[in-house]
Formats: sequence, C-alpha cells, structure tokens
Amino acid sequence: MIQFADLHKAFGPNRVLEGFTLEVRDGETMVIIGYSGTGKSVAIKHVVGLLEPDAGHVAVDGRIVSELDREALTTLRSTIGFVFQSSALFDSMTIFENVALGLRRLHDLPETEIALRVREALKLVDLPSAEAHMPSELSGGMRKRVGLARAIALRPKYLLYDEPTTGLDPVTSAVIDQLIVRTREALGVTSIVITHDMRSAYMVGDRIAMLYQGRVQQVAPVEEIKASADPVVRQFIEGRPDGRAVVRASLGEAGRAIDLEGSGA
Amino acid sequence: MLAAVGSRAVGLVEGFGNVGYFLADSVRALPDFRTWGRLTLLQMRRLGVDSLPIALFIAAFTGIVLALLASYVLTGAVPLYLVGTLVGKTVMMELGPVLTGLALAGRVGANIAAELGTMKVTEQVDALETLAYNPYSYLVIPRVLAGTVMFPVVVAFAMAMGVFTGWLGATTLLPISSAAFMRGLRLFFVPFDVQYGLIKSASFGFVITLVGCFLGLGTRGGAEGVGKATTRTVVYSAEMILVLDAYWAVVLLLGFKGPA
Repeated sequence: MIQFADLHKAFGPNRVLEGFTLEVRDGETMVIIGYSGTGKSVAIKHVVGLLEPDAGHVAVDGRIVSELDREALTTLRSTIGFVFQSSALFDSMTIFENVALGLRRLHDLPETEIALRVREALKLVDLPSAEAHMPSELSGGMRKRVGLARAIALRPKYLLYDEPTTGLDPVTSAVIDQLIVRTREALGVTSIVITHDMRSAYMVGDRIAMLYQGRVQQVAPVEEIKASADPVVRQFIEGRPDGRAVVRASLGEAGRAIDLEGSGA
Repeated sequence: MLAAVGSRAVGLVEGFGNVGYFLADSVRALPDFRTWGRLTLLQMRRLGVDSLPIALFIAAFTGIVLALLASYVLTGAVPLYLVGTLVGKTVMMELGPVLTGLALAGRVGANIAAELGTMKVTEQVDALETLAYNPYSYLVIPRVLAGTVMFPVVVAFAMAMGVFTGWLGATTLLPISSAAFMRGLRLFFVPFDVQYGLIKSASFGFVITLVGCFLGLGTRGGAEGVGKATTRTVVYSAEMILVLDAYWAVVLLLGFKGPA
C-alpha cells in the first residue's frame, strides 16, 4: 500500500503540494488527474525518493520513504517500476541494454536469465524485435513502450506511470492503455497512473483522484467520478474552459506560478 | 553597489559550498566499485585517448613557435643552444599542461556538461536513480577519475611532441645543430620539470571533469539550460586552470633550489 500523508512540497515561492493525502490500496490502479503543472508528477516522485517532502510523508508498505537510508531506498526501488513521461531511455544504449540496466543492478542474475527477462518484457509490450535498435530509431509510442518494458522487467510490486499517453496519437494512446491493463493482469501490480487524458483514466483506473490546488479534490471509483457533482471535477472531466476552477499552472522548479482565473460561475 | 558586491560574494561562497557537498557525495559513492569500475575504463578512452589528436596538434605548433621565439630573444652574448633549454622548460612546465588543459576544458568539459545536462533535463538521471543506480557512482566518479588519470598521460604525449617539434624547428629553421639543441635541453633539466607539469595536468583534469559533472547535473530547463551549463563549464574550467597554474607555481616553485 502507498500512502501520501499530508504531503507538502514547494519550489521556491511556488507551493505545489499543500496537504496532499491519498491511499493507494494493494492491487488497484489509482489514476491521479489534474491540471498541467499542479504537482501530479511531483507527488509520485516522492514515492521513489526522487524528491523529499517539505512536510508530511509518503509511506510504501508502512515504510516512510524520506526516512530510508540509501541501502533501504535501493531495496524499495527494486520493488517499484517508474515509467517516465519522456520515456527517459538512455540514448547511448540499445533497447536491450536499456531494459537490462535495472536487472544488472538490482538482481544478481546470469546473462542468460537477463536476456530471457528482457525479451519477456519486450514481448509483453509488443516490441519483441526492437532489442538491437537505438532509442533514437523508435517512434514516441514505441519509446513509451520500451520505458514500460524497462519498468516491468524488474517484476515490480508497484508501477508508477507519469503521463504515459501524453503526446501520442489517439490510437497509440489506446494501445498504451491496453498495455497498462494487460500489465496489471499479467503481473498483478499496484499502479498509480498520472494523466489528464480522461478517456485513458476511465479505461485503466479502478479509482480516480483529482489533484487540485495542492490537495485531493475528490477520490472515488471511476463511475462515481463520471457522475461527480463537484463543479471543479465536472469542469475538468468535461474539459470546459469556463467554470469554478482556478487554474494554477506551476512552472515547476523555476519557482514561478501563473494564475489563470476561470471566467465563470 | 556594496549590496551587489556582497550578494555576488555570498553567491560565490555558496557555489563553492555546493561543490564541496557534491564532492563529498562523490567520495561517499567510491565503495560502489562494481558500478564505476568498468565505466571508468570507458571514460578513460573517451576523455583521454580520444583527446590525443587535439593535444598533439596544439603541442606540435607550440614547439615550433617556441624555438623561433627563443632564438629571437637570445641574441648577442647568449649562446643559441639555450633555445633547447627554453623550449624544454616551457613545454614541460607551462605550455604543455596549460594549453592542453585549456583545449580540453573545451573538448572534455563541454562534452561532459552537455551530456549530463541533457540526461538531467530528459529525466535520464531520475531514471538511473529509480533503477537504484547512484548517479555519483554511475556518472561522476568514472568521469572525474578518468580525467584525473588520463590528463597527465595526454600532457606527457603533448610534452614529447612539443620538444620534438621544437627540435625540428630549431635544427631546420635556425642555425642550431641537433647536438647543440640537445645540450641546451639537458643543461638545466631535472626530472622535477616533468613531475611539475604532470601534477598540474592531473589537477586540471580533476577540476575540468568535476566542474562539467557539477554544472551538467545541476542543469535546469531545456536546451537553453544545457547551453548555459556547457558555456559556464568552459569558462569556469578555464579560469580554474589559470588559478591552479598560479597555485602550483607558488606551492612547488617558490623555494625550489634546483638541481643539486
């Protein structure tokens, strides 16, 4: 189980998370939706210790991430796969080496076993023949799939997806959504998916949490979110430009923020 | 005005403090030999062997120019065989290390800053961490170690090339025999001359790679951030080379009594 407990995080004067609290149960896929720049990625980076909270904490299986020493953090990271928004493949390595990198570090496996695991992971994402290619030779969708293969090769207990369909065409997005569902069925993982693509959120999620102004506006099963009466949630899921929501588009670590007042209600 | 100077001074101290923390984190990653051992060999080839052509090119022309310059300066009662002395001492103790260092600040320092900066802004450094690699043992230690070890090797080749082209220039363009040049070269030579040049080179290699790694991994923003990190690496490295050059002169040359 992953617990975000009253998480606060600011970059300079820009307060991104202000009491973010959420519980992700074992075996479920939690989708976190919210406006661009509202701190969704910031929240999940705390789960693998890439960021340290200013206040509050994130606990994975009861262990508070920010209190772990490097060795314990390494052990924790071996149970978590992270799929990056930009894929974050290593340019200088082949696809095979990209997927094998984590296995070489985290498990003392013989080369034959590593090759087997890499091929298995690439097959699961429908890229069985890509291993000899360089990342620059692949399309954006294929790179995202390799990013997923790299994460699942470790056979993690948890999978974190940071905007897995951003920048992809609708059909490729649907393929990625299918892969997320298939991965969950094949590996039985607990997942957190960050997205602002509602079609994707409805397809892959068990529950959806909306992050708004640094905290959770509503968390509920997909059907409840679809029928939500909360005006902020409704405006977001319907994609209406006018409404109650104050869009606070943070500019990340640059420490500035732009407030765009909604025109309405 | 005073406030601006104060603010710059605080910024400078803060910057050195951050480099100190960066260095401490790198030292803490040293026990992770399993990660950095193999990668260091790879970097030794990239930073060292691949830098040889530019170092030799610079040294070749420096040697010739020094020979001609020395003969221009040594007129009248000063014997011409001292051209060999001047070429040898200058190439080994000063121009070999410093000119090579400045060239490699551009080639190696900029390369490291641009590579690590791009890795940082494309989340590849974060990806390394999620795969349980320590970026210090995977990225920093191999580069800094390779730079510190390989720069003296590159400079040693540059010294040899500079002396050789100095000899070639003196014997072909000036009225100096090979024996006279060699006599001058040996006249005041002490092994310390070479050691001094190599110690300096190691320190240049250490600083250039450390600054490249520090600024590369500190990159923020996109392409603009990478460009800034690269430029700053070249500028700071060049400045540090000149400061270190003066430092070693004070520490190692002041009070040196020469050959017994």
